[in-house]
Amino acid sequence: MGDIIQKPKVATVWLGGCSGCHMSFLDLDERLIDLADKIDIVFSPIADIKTFPANVDITLVEGAVTNDENEEMAHTVRKHSKYVISFGDCATTGNVTAMRNRFGTAELIDRAYKELADICNSIPNDHTLIAQLNEQALPLHHVIRVDAFLHGCPPTPDEIWFAMNELLQGRIPIFNTQFLRYG
Amino acid sequence: MAVKTLTINGEQYSAQEGESILSVARQHNIPIPTLCHLEGLSTVGACRLCVVQIEGIPKLLPACTTKVEEGMVIHTANEKLNKYRRMIVALLASEGNHVCAVCVANNHCELQDLAYEVGLVRVRYPYLFPKKTLDATHKDYVMDHNRCVLCTRCVRVCDEVEGAHVWDVAGRGINCEIITGLDYAWGNSQTCTECGKCVMVCPTGALFEKGVTVSEMEKKKGFLKYIITARQKKEWVSISND
Repeated sequence: MGDIIQKPKVATVWLGGCSGCHMSFLDLDERLIDLADKIDIVFSPIADIKTFPANVDITLVEGAVTNDENEEMAHTVRKHSKYVISFGDCATTGNVTAMRNRFGTAELIDRAYKELADICNSIPNDHTLIAQLNEQALPLHHVIRVDAFLHGCPPTPDEIWFAMNELLQGRIPIFNTQFLRYG
Repeated sequence: MAVKTLTINGEQYSAQEGESILSVARQHNIPIPTLCHLEGLSTVGACRLCVVQIEGIPKLLPACTTKVEEGMVIHTANEKLNKYRRMIVALLASEGNHVCAVCVANNHCELQDLAYEVGLVRVRYPYLFPKKTLDATHKDYVMDHNRCVLCTRCVRVCDEVEGAHVWDVAGRGINCEIITGLDYAWGNSQTCTECGKCVMVCPTGALFEKGVTVSEMEKKKGFLKYIITARQKKEWVSISND
């Protein structure tokens, strides 16, 4: 043999969420050092990589699909990843991100950019720069096929650790009641 | 009263005539999930979470409203039942606006506990995101319809225990809603005694005390057994909120 063993390629993606799930990932603390030996991070908001690469083994997706950019990214993730994991409550249920769904997008944007603005109260309209809101923020599995779900707002570092270890051994993590937890 | 013998999950049990399947199961620590049922209130069979399988009967029947009969062979837990129960919790989750992360009842919520019990990993149905309202006109309490599962425990406890009958159900199907009086603002109700029983029996964060924030609303239901035992037996038992 003697070949260089390729480490599993792992990506993490930040859609419509608060980045709390990523913060919880960083809360793996010293376990991150162990993890760094076992995986290659090929795309992540905490790594300076601009485009989502091909042939990713595991992608954790934080956040709901709330705008056109998220939606495009979700499809890219699915196309290029072996396992796609909903990472936290926003990806799994829509959670706080989807609370805006009972209002129309026009009403919502008006409220955010005009009614509540102290200065420059106008609606940004350059959609080459700013993503356009979808009519509804949706859980990830309502947009693409998802292989497993990490729960919680945010998932605990222990849950993330369990999931990563299962995935690295080629198993889809099955979360028993120990980890099934909303909120 | 006549004694009935029946089989639950392969074991033989005896029960009093007129008893419900749920009552027998509870006496023998056989777990059956429930939501609208609450010991001490009347039984309405609204949520269907307690459905059980009875041999010879093609449809599933709710354990809370089905009376025991001689020779009944009952199954309370199997893959089919769990699938239906999971479906019910998923439908409840999808037809309201349940956002655990920002809910006053987070970690003290019966709907949340049920989701864990039935293993609700995700909801496949489209979420409806209904445009529901919130009534904060009462000086002490709030009714948030977004979190209401229409179990009617509030309606029943107010009518049957407090005797005030402030609450009712209006509308049909998906438009069903709990109302105060003839759909007045709660704060304008002349019948509400401000006792807070409805708040305490509510399984979710739909009814809560003013001033509480995320995860702070713990429901204490021990008063119900205390009051009912006192009324029926003239005995004043100690209050347990377990």
